[in-house]
Amino acid sequence: MKVKVLSRNPDDYVRETKNDIQRVVGSVGEEVLSEELEFFKVPRNYDPALHPFEVSREYTRALNATKLERVFAKPFLASLDGHRDGVNCMAKHTTSLSTLLSGSCDGEVKVWNLTKHECVRTLQAHEGFVRGMVVRYCGTSFFTVGDDKTIKQWKMEAPGYGEEEEPLNTILGKTVFTGLDHHQKEAVFATCGQQVDIWDEQRSSPIRSFTWGVDSFSAVRFNPVETDLLASCASDRSIVLYDMRESAPLKKVIMTMRSNTLCWNPMEAYYFTCSNEDYNLYTYDMRYLNRPITVHMDHVSAVLDLDYSPTGKEFVSASFDKTIRIFPKHAGHSREVYHTKRMQHVICVKWSSDSKYILSGSDEMNIRLWKANAAEKLGVLAPRERQASQYNQRLKEKFQHHPQIRRIAHHRHLPKNIYHQRKELRIMKEARQRKERNVRKHSKPGSVPVVSEKEKHVVTVVK
Amino acid sequence: MASPGEAAVKESHVEKKKTPPARYWQESQEEVKDENEADKSKNRAGEAAQHKKTQKAKKRKQEEHQRDGKKFISGKSDPFPGPAPVPEDRIQKFKRKDKMKKSRGQTYMLKDIISRTEEASEMSQKQAARVDLLLPEDSGFLEGDEEEDTCTISQQDIADAVDITSASKYFNLNLSQFGPYRVDYTKTGRHMLLGGRRGHVACIDWQSKQLMCEINVMESVNDVKWLHSETMYAVAQKKWLYIYDSNGIELHCIRKFNDVLRMQFLPYHFLLATASATGFLQYLDVSVGKEVAAICTRTGRLDVMCQNPHNAIIHLGHHNGTVTLWSPNQKEALVKMLCHQGGVRSVAVDKTGTYMVTSGMDKKLKVYDIRAFKPLKSYFLPSGASCLSLSQRGLLSAATGDIVQVYRDVWSTPVTKPYMAHRVRGAVWGLHFCPFEDVLGVGHGGGFTSMLVPGAGEPNFDGLDANPYRSVKQRQEWEVKALMEKIQPELISLDPTQLGQVDRATFEQRHQDRVQALGFDPLAKGKFIPKHKKKGRSSAGSVEKRKKQVAHEDQRDVIRKTVENKMAIEKERKERKKTTAALSNQKSALDRFKK
Repeated sequence: MKVKVLSRNPDDYVRETKNDIQRVVGSVGEEVLSEELEFFKVPRNYDPALHPFEVSREYTRALNATKLERVFAKPFLASLDGHRDGVNCMAKHTTSLSTLLSGSCDGEVKVWNLTKHECVRTLQAHEGFVRGMVVRYCGTSFFTVGDDKTIKQWKMEAPGYGEEEEPLNTILGKTVFTGLDHHQKEAVFATCGQQVDIWDEQRSSPIRSFTWGVDSFSAVRFNPVETDLLASCASDRSIVLYDMRESAPLKKVIMTMRSNTLCWNPMEAYYFTCSNEDYNLYTYDMRYLNRPITVHMDHVSAVLDLDYSPTGKEFVSASFDKTIRIFPKHAGHSREVYHTKRMQHVICVKWSSDSKYILSGSDEMNIRLWKANAAEKLGVLAPRERQASQYNQRLKEKFQHHPQIRRIAHHRHLPKNIYHQRKELRIMKEARQRKERNVRKHSKPGSVPVVSEKEKHVVTVVK
Repeated sequence: MASPGEAAVKESHVEKKKTPPARYWQESQEEVKDENEADKSKNRAGEAAQHKKTQKAKKRKQEEHQRDGKKFISGKSDPFPGPAPVPEDRIQKFKRKDKMKKSRGQTYMLKDIISRTEEASEMSQKQAARVDLLLPEDSGFLEGDEEEDTCTISQQDIADAVDITSASKYFNLNLSQFGPYRVDYTKTGRHMLLGGRRGHVACIDWQSKQLMCEINVMESVNDVKWLHSETMYAVAQKKWLYIYDSNGIELHCIRKFNDVLRMQFLPYHFLLATASATGFLQYLDVSVGKEVAAICTRTGRLDVMCQNPHNAIIHLGHHNGTVTLWSPNQKEALVKMLCHQGGVRSVAVDKTGTYMVTSGMDKKLKVYDIRAFKPLKSYFLPSGASCLSLSQRGLLSAATGDIVQVYRDVWSTPVTKPYMAHRVRGAVWGLHFCPFEDVLGVGHGGGFTSMLVPGAGEPNFDGLDANPYRSVKQRQEWEVKALMEKIQPELISLDPTQLGQVDRATFEQRHQDRVQALGFDPLAKGKFIPKHKKKGRSSAGSVEKRKKQVAHEDQRDVIRKTVENKMAIEKERKERKKTTAALSNQKSALDRFKK
């Protein structure tokens, strides 16, 4: 007779002393090494037959993770106050993560230290609004333009004791400037106002000016990759593209409403997104301007500013409706909305260069610091904590389309007036659709074609 | 570490790909005969699968091969280049579902997501299969000598042959006063609960033989069941259901649950299912203490009950020979199967939820495939089986009177002789295999017997799921985790993987609503407009060529111009040189003053 009966040696499964590490139940990693097995005395067996109800248990975990995400969603970090008028523009420092520059409607420019939440320098830059501000690519100086028709270049360092706060360079222009952007690599910058001007830093007159039958521009932006390209938003509802090396603009697209600002996608620099007065944002492919790639809807008032995350996967938009929204680049609707009771019309917004924070400047003189990921835990994570959060993230992704999880993940509290405005807008849209449908139903087949949402807002493309 | 029965199933699965009509419930003798052939075909299938690998994987593998096969400076080469091979059948064990079919309608993003997830799951399968090789324990076995039946080997012989700890797992408890006894083990297999018909309830840490508590409830006891851990258990008494803790203190008396005869605990749902003499099937959520469902089965006294551990469906056996399947979400039975002529005496379902074994008053023992609801085998037992129990590795124990018989492979091969047999000191009332141990607990009129059944238990437990060696702290942590991921009773259905499948019906409904709201189908394809084609001239390649030609011609003009310009400049330069040279050669009148 040959016989073997299961007989385990408890020494293999029980820790020897109380001081041995015993892995606490939880946070299951997929890869377990044999050494780890020995060390922790918690043997694993991944046989699916020993783990019934896989899907249901994962679903439950995903549901819990989604609920916890909503519980931990506390995006507001700090408010930087000190301006004596509404914050009109902001600029990120190109080399220092903790520095932010902001310009207000009374011509004051403040330099902030974000880690300490304090203002480190204040200067009276202009008389009237500070319209635009940009940090030079090297990070040693910055430019401001204002309502007093001047462009000023300032040193990044504060003046020494007893020295006067004076600009490095002042250029007196003929007209008011409304926007400004600096070239990525060369000592060249662009301003916009009644025309788009390209300036050499060494000269006091523009090296090139572009006009295309328009009276004013609201924003100009250099392409971050194809560095000689620019785009600008004009008040005749058009977006114009230029090549700095050529004497004439390249092409423009005319839309139904005016665009306020635009921003290039930093990773896929042939895409740019513009914030429009018709409450929407439009992402265009620079090569095919005849229809936008995506229409981003959700705001209930004019969109004033936007900025891309440095990863190029998402962007943040600021609106006149007192909210900030975050959109994935492909999505038609926002994934997140930030608002507070005290925040008024948000005029400018920036996404920090480490892609973790969002900064918003608003009418009521404050700059607010938000987390880009509302439920993210800040600071250093323990390895197990990180692993658990990654696992939860994956689960949420896996089960995101299940109705209950979807409902919880998408729910956001909105201020009453915005909630009602959204409802109103929806009703209006439905009514328009209904009417169109009825018209189509009662007219000759093919005479009322279906125009998609993307095509609706483009009037024409001019080359 | 699959059970023998499972192995047979797997073989047939592999074969299915080669020869379509072979089903695992048909003609399993043939399989035994052609085992060698099956093996061969398996190998072939494995080779074919390897051939199918994507180009990318192939390339990567080539690179690896080159790298590893590279000779050292000393001139020796790696005799085992590349990563260690993983046996195909082990990978098969961890396979969840087949690869998705790629349809042409998918967008590139969706295709990308699908291929990425498939790659990841393939990798995790491989890793799991690799870890599988490292599992420390092997399962037990019992083999007789030549001409010796294993069923003639007595428990005492086995106990003498094995080591002391294992031998101590064979023991008898003489409790003739309050019997017969019902038995239950905890999920980890560490603790045992005895419930005597005449009110004696005792729980024991049976491996160390420590008595945790012993009480007499002074009432008749119908059934006992551990709840999720060894701190609480439920006792179905004469009138009501009671919950006690491991010190024997009464925690709850649940009067909503009356005349309970049998109980089952669903560990992942934290549900206690009870079947009563009045024909009610009730579910109690033990985590919140709420009654989840009460179903009137209208089939009379319910004293045959078991659960399907794979999908948490409750099986009830009835006097008219039917077995019904129940979930808490439906007031009617999900399935009614006529299994026996005469009443059903006992039901058991195996761990994977594939097989159901029933025994009836007609003295038959039948095996069903409960995925297809088909009978597989039918055996005749001379005196019928009163209690059935299935072990983790698929051994079946059946009690006939005071004899406990253990059978092996009841579903794959026709069984003629039991694997083991043992006579106890009274009629058997409760039968339960101990999880993760080669032990069968038998409760009978004379007390309790713990039997050694080699090969019954799963040798390798998962420490995070059910750890027999866990400390109190670990148990508490596990309890919290388990409660956090308690599955809601609404998710109980016949197919537990249904939650992970695409809900096409709802999608279609929503799509229809959308079409109605919009007045047109947004997903509809545009009218097919045939392309203007010429023979061979409009292929993508030739169009590209033509474009290039044009581009070349444009460039040619430019080049010609620049070359002409260059020539002109060169000419001019030469002429200028000439003239300057000529000028320098001319002698002026003042040259004579030069030095």
